[in-house]
Amino acid sequence: MTTVAVKPATMAQALTRALRDAMAADPAVHVMGEDVGTLGGVFRVTDGLAKEFGEDRCTDTPLAEAGILGTAVGMAMYGLRPVVEMQFDAFAYPAFEQLISHVARMRNRTRGKMPLPITIRVPYGGGIGGVEHHSDSSEAYYMATPGLHVVTPATVADAYGLLRAAIASDDPVVVLEPKRLYWSKDSWNPEEPAPVEPIGRAVVRRSGRSATLITYGPSVPVCMEAAEAARAEGWDLEVVDLRSLVPFDDETVCASVRRTGRAVVVHESGSFGGPGGEIAARVSERCFHHLEAPVLRVAGFDVPYPPPMLERHHLPGVDRILDAVGRLQWEAES
Amino acid sequence: MTVMEQRGAYRPTPPPAWQPRMDPAPLLPDAEPYRVLGTEAAAKADPDLLRTLYAQLVRGRRYNAQATALTKQGRLAVYPSTTGQEACEVAAAMVLQERDWLFPSYRDTLAVVARGVDPVEALTLLRGDWHTGYDPYEHRVAPLCTPLATQLPHAVGLAHAARLKGDDVVALAMVGDGGTSEGDFHEALNFAAVWQAPVVFLVQNNGFAISVPLAKQTAAPSLAHKAVGYGMPGRLVDGNDAAAVHEVLSDAVRHARAGGGPTLVEAITYRVDAHTNADDATRYRGDAEVETWREHDPIELLERELTGRGLLDEAGKQAARDAAEAMAAELRAHMNQDPALDPMDLFTHVYAEPTPQLREQRDQLRAELAAEAETGPEGDTHR
Repeated sequence: MTTVAVKPATMAQALTRALRDAMAADPAVHVMGEDVGTLGGVFRVTDGLAKEFGEDRCTDTPLAEAGILGTAVGMAMYGLRPVVEMQFDAFAYPAFEQLISHVARMRNRTRGKMPLPITIRVPYGGGIGGVEHHSDSSEAYYMATPGLHVVTPATVADAYGLLRAAIASDDPVVVLEPKRLYWSKDSWNPEEPAPVEPIGRAVVRRSGRSATLITYGPSVPVCMEAAEAARAEGWDLEVVDLRSLVPFDDETVCASVRRTGRAVVVHESGSFGGPGGEIAARVSERCFHHLEAPVLRVAGFDVPYPPPMLERHHLPGVDRILDAVGRLQWEAES
Repeated sequence: MTVMEQRGAYRPTPPPAWQPRMDPAPLLPDAEPYRVLGTEAAAKADPDLLRTLYAQLVRGRRYNAQATALTKQGRLAVYPSTTGQEACEVAAAMVLQERDWLFPSYRDTLAVVARGVDPVEALTLLRGDWHTGYDPYEHRVAPLCTPLATQLPHAVGLAHAARLKGDDVVALAMVGDGGTSEGDFHEALNFAAVWQAPVVFLVQNNGFAISVPLAKQTAAPSLAHKAVGYGMPGRLVDGNDAAAVHEVLSDAVRHARAGGGPTLVEAITYRVDAHTNADDATRYRGDAEVETWREHDPIELLERELTGRGLLDEAGKQAARDAAEAMAAELRAHMNQDPALDPMDLFTHVYAEPTPQLREQRDQLRAELAAEAETGPEGDTHR
């Protein structure tokens, strides 16, 4: 029996591997977008694909997001499985009409006759010192659009698994890739990637009894760090990584909150009208009698994403999370 | 030595003389819209084709009249008429092979019907019982598209995908004059030209985008002129001359199929009716203008040609009218039946597998329906 060395890999490498494996497994998979070919993507996620599979399978398109997604719709109509890259979160907005008016609802419009298996990769979120329009967290827009699946990995293994699952899905999937985790490393065995799970399952990253931090994507490592720091306060925090925002895993989330009785939702996106409001409402509706305190939100401020020199004040950090945990009416216990 | 002189030492080598990528002249449309009927070119037209076009135009006119009447009877929520534009609608469907694809806008139900889709299914969107009535793959007709110009990139992507697969397929996409102002029009044409995709873009310039006339829509010499900026040929055609539209579109389809890439065709026509039944056209145009266009009616133009050359007699006209009347009667009979709707269909086609959240909502509606079946809708005090 041979053992394969498990080496550290970055999230970006796992994503590249997922694209490569998907392209090798299915000739219908086509990668397209601005700079994805010769350059290999501005984050190098598509590195080497054009060389390996040819420019017809990994295509540098004109610089036009509506055109990229709009032509992908036509390609999917003809039986291909396009994987499009939006390069940066805020660059995807010109494509929103195609996304909302067609991609999300073509299956519905045609009573199931014309499903669109399109994967939309969106590098998102802040923390990399990007200038304006390079750090938005736009997940609420995607979540509010029926017909889309929305996933976001926080680990190297999930980056591979979720992207493979997205490409395999017969429905459109928005894959929100946390930019600041692209270079995060994990022990990961690219020769034996974990089996690809169906989309829609959250996972408990850390067990605890005092309270649940419900989070996803770039905020997962921050919450893990906060949970470690919380031990000094005598708090034993559980961390739930949603992985999939649509569909939402009520089961895993509520099971955790029922155990701990307290919950804080953590994300970079703004608080008002943001994902945390939906999550807090779902938890309150389902777990009200188990809750010892209101569900709190620790989110980005309700401001346009700030310039890089100010972003550290905007992003939810360990201290802000611990402050919220402290506000969970602990005196009730004493 | 001045700063500028010092900098001069670092001046890069001058760029090579600029060369245009191609000679734009062959791409430019002719100054006058192309015409066949009433010209010498008509003598070369195939009599059988002209007679087929005539029968289709008569049928199309009757279809427009019937659908408009159904709107007045409340059987259709809305109908954007193509009366006066039948030549474009019919020709767009006729120039395509079975394997080709048609990408219609919401106004192009007549083209969809001419392509072979059941008239009742073609009107499903406008009737309100579902968004798309027909199976897009059965006749290779994309769903009627309500947002303007957003179906154009779909046509480009489909044609591109077909070519990648080695299939000999052409996509014809229809858009109105107003739609040419949308960003998706630009992106679709640009992608099509860069990819040399086998696509034909048919702009039906019918004079108005609801109420806004062409002069307020564009400052371009013609909409066909826009083609040259993308690197594809632009053709200008009299959109009421069925023989001319058929010929120009056939040429464009042949050119695309042969690997020549996309063409932009502007057909100059006129929307004789209002935008829809919700529109009052007298607010933005005079009767005199409409009358002028009525004198340039596509059916009369073709009828004059056919009768003048002895290709159509009274019996032939009557046969065309009878066939159209039969279609209208059948359409009327079908549309007067109430559609059978299943409320549970609301959840059936959102995803391949409903999410847990949708399953919950589905159960809720099922329970509501069961309660309604027991007490009757009048039992619901909240109606």
